[in-house]
Formats: sequence, C-alpha cells, structure tokens
Amino acid sequence: MGFWKKSKSPGWLWGTLAGIAFLGMGLAFGEFTVIWRKAIMICMECIGIG
Amino acid sequence: MRNMDRLRLAVQLIFTILTNGYTYGYLRGKIYQGNLKYTCVPGLNCYSCPGALASCPIGALQALLNRQGYHMPFAALGFFFLFGSLLGRFVCGWLCPFGLVQDLLHRIPFFYKRKRLPLHRILKYGKYLVLVLFVILGSLFLFGGFAKVPAFCKYLCPSGTLFGALPLLAANGQLRELTGALFLWKLAALIFILLLSVIICRPFCQYLCPLGAIYGLFNRFSLVQIHWEEEKCVSCGACQRACPVGLSVRQISLSPECIRCGRCVSACPENCLHFSGKKTVCPREDTVR
Repeated sequence: MGFWKKSKSPGWLWGTLAGIAFLGMGLAFGEFTVIWRKAIMICMECIGIG
Repeated sequence: MRNMDRLRLAVQLIFTILTNGYTYGYLRGKIYQGNLKYTCVPGLNCYSCPGALASCPIGALQALLNRQGYHMPFAALGFFFLFGSLLGRFVCGWLCPFGLVQDLLHRIPFFYKRKRLPLHRILKYGKYLVLVLFVILGSLFLFGGFAKVPAFCKYLCPSGTLFGALPLLAANGQLRELTGALFLWKLAALIFILLLSVIICRPFCQYLCPLGAIYGLFNRFSLVQIHWEEEKCVSCGACQRACPVGLSVRQISLSPECIRCGRCVSACPENCLHFSGKKTVCPREDTVR
C-alpha cells in the first residue's frame, strides 16, 4: 500500500475524471435508460414481494 | 448536542426530505416516474420509495448487472467514482437516509451503548462480503439460477423495506395482498437492524452496507478529508472517545470505516482536526485498519 503515501497527484481528481468518463460511457451504451426503466416501476424485489 | 452534530442532523434531514419529496406518491401508493430517475442519489435510498426522486446507486448497479449477457456497468461505476472521489464516506455520515434513521435510533436513551459489536475486527469485513456475494455475484447468477435477480434488494436491503415497502403497502391495498414469506423475512431483518441501532452505532453501515464498502475504498484520497495537524495534537484521546466507530486519531479520515461525521472535529480541544480539501497527513501503514 506504499503507493498511496508516495503519490503526490490529487487522487480525487483522477477519480472524478474517471467517474465522468464512466458516466459518459454509460450514456453512450444506453445504461441510463436501463436504470430509469428499473426505477420508474415498483421494484417487487425491493419491497419483498417479487 | 454540539454544533457539528446539529449541523449534520439538519443536513441529513434536509437532504432526505429533498430527495424523497414526491408527496403524491405517499398519498396514492405510487412512485415517481419522471426524468430525475435517470440519475442516482449518493446514499442508499430505495427507488421504490414513494417519495424518491432519483435512483439508488446499488439498485442501479444491480439493474445493470441483471441485463442479459455480461456487461460492465459503466454508469453505476461512474456514480461510485464521482461521489466516492469527491466525498468518500462523507456520504454515509451526512447524506444517507438510512444512516439518519440509525443515528436517530442511537439517540434513544438506553442503559447500555456500544460503538462496536464483539468480533468487530472480523465482522467489519461483512460489508465487503455482502457487496461481492449479494450485489455482484448474486445479481449475476448466484441466487436466481438462470434468472438474474437484484439479490441485495430482494433478500437483505433494510432501506428498501423501510422507505419502499412499508409506505407503499400502507397506501396500496393490492400490494398488501401479495406479501408473503419473503416480505416477513425482510421485515424481520429490518426490525433486527433497527433494534441493534439503538445499542450499536450504525450497525448496518459498519457491518453490512455494500455502498459504504465501496465509498470506504475512496476514503484515502477523496477530496473531502478531515485534516489532522499532528504538531498541534496533545494526544488527549478526546477524538477517539467521541468517534462513533471508535477510530484513533491516526485512523480518522483515512480508514474505510470513517464516516466523516465530524464528532472528532467538535471534540478536539486543540482544534487540530478540521474538515478540509487538503491531503491528510498519512499515518504509519500498520496503524490504519
């Protein structure tokens, strides 16, 4: 785990950029529609029925 | 109650109300179906809660893993990296509705309070087990056989039962008729966790929450940190006594267990702990668990 101590670069910035890149890829692959479709229906599993 | 605690409680309440503000849903037993549900809130907030205005990140991850075939869930990873890199487990301490519920329950006066369960050193890895077994493997193939199911939501998530099932079942008679053994199991799990919260500080966050497990991995390098000025520290131990999860000053902020609640900041008599975006002084490797 020594690399955490030695690293001088702002890890949060790289992580944020990676997050934005992942979100962009998710958008490109239509994943937000999958999330939306799941979220607008009552999730029977979530409420302990399905 | 100290100022930091008051501020945190206010933020938790306001954020919970804002992100669960679809009042019509509570009255009619329906859920919000608008465009805000394309995005996720940072905390564990069931999207089947009648008031929920956005999606749950763990629910979103499972929905993406439940697709036909095996695909990388980029959008869910994006939310985790974004929230994790900026906030780390600050999300757990300040923005999670189920964390708020556990905090409120822990305030109930009780003759015996504990910060941790016995065998904490082992049990704290339970959340990683839940993440791998229920959220990832469970959603891919473990519980559903050939059918993919959101295993964490289905078998474990107490937030879904509390914020989703109970209000929906209270307002929707048709759904009430469909309840069976699975609902009773989830209700029992919820009651157990809620009762445990009266005695133990945030038992779900410490031992079971897969979202906390993910954000904990970002704690070391997230933007929001609790900065420790070692040169001013008099090693009085006030921060460790105030920490709801019993972390030492060297573990605070960097440990995956730190939920950034800020009680250590309020407790420090020398003001050597404070929230900042600066890099925290790194302790010796063997002191962070």
